[in-house]
Amino acid sequence: MDSDPVFRALADASRRQLLDRLHEHNGQTLGELCRGIEMTRQAVAKHLAILAAANLVAWQRQGREKRHFINPVAIREIAERWVSKFEQPRLHALAALKQNLEGEHHD
Amino acid sequence: MTDANGSSFVYVTYIRTTPERLWSALTSPDFVQQYWLGVRPEAEWKTGGAWKLVLPDGRVGDTGEIVAFEPTKRLAIRWRNEFMPELKAEGWSLCTMEVEPVGEAVKLTVTHAMEREGTKFIGAVSAGWPQVLSNLKSLLETGSVVLPSREYRP
Repeated sequence: MDSDPVFRALADASRRQLLDRLHEHNGQTLGELCRGIEMTRQAVAKHLAILAAANLVAWQRQGREKRHFINPVAIREIAERWVSKFEQPRLHALAALKQNLEGEHHD
Repeated sequence: MTDANGSSFVYVTYIRTTPERLWSALTSPDFVQQYWLGVRPEAEWKTGGAWKLVLPDGRVGDTGEIVAFEPTKRLAIRWRNEFMPELKAEGWSLCTMEVEPVGEAVKLTVTHAMEREGTKFIGAVSAGWPQVLSNLKSLLETGSVVLPSREYRP
């Protein structure tokens, strides 16, 4: 998935606040998320749509309710884009070292 | 990390692959072992079949039963931890994996839920699933994983 929507979604303090609220209490409805927050219901719905488009929030219908869940996979994927670049050579070096020490040879 | 109806988590990833390849990646033990942090599933791959996850050191990590087996669409497992007594005591969870083509990608939704609220089990798997799913995505799209394995405490 293109990562631009993720960065755009995270660039807004209100949307980060919504993610924090889902992190504290996962699976909230729109109504629950609007409680105690200084945003209109419309604004919260719009931010949730942007977060969902970036795959940072997933939602599910449970009976008549639509519940929202923070999706940590999207954040993990972003991290790995760079983590893997730093870690892969080291992991390969370790694998080579292990092979040498254990005397495994590939012809 | 709970909702009003117990504790659950929903994980979504989009993978550039086909539903057939993704299904095979979810149900082929040799393939699963490559991305599931060293863990290997052993199961009778059909509805009602016994299922378990074997840790890299040979201990049984989790056990359960396949409650839905709809190739290329849906896999559901009734799932209980076995190797950590406090998690085992919390009893059964339900894990559902849904596969759905979206444009040129396939959407994988993993829901892991427990009826009890505030469980340690759901907290524990919530750390693992993002790693497992991004490993899976990376393996299917690029042919290699980022995190080959991890430590499993007793």
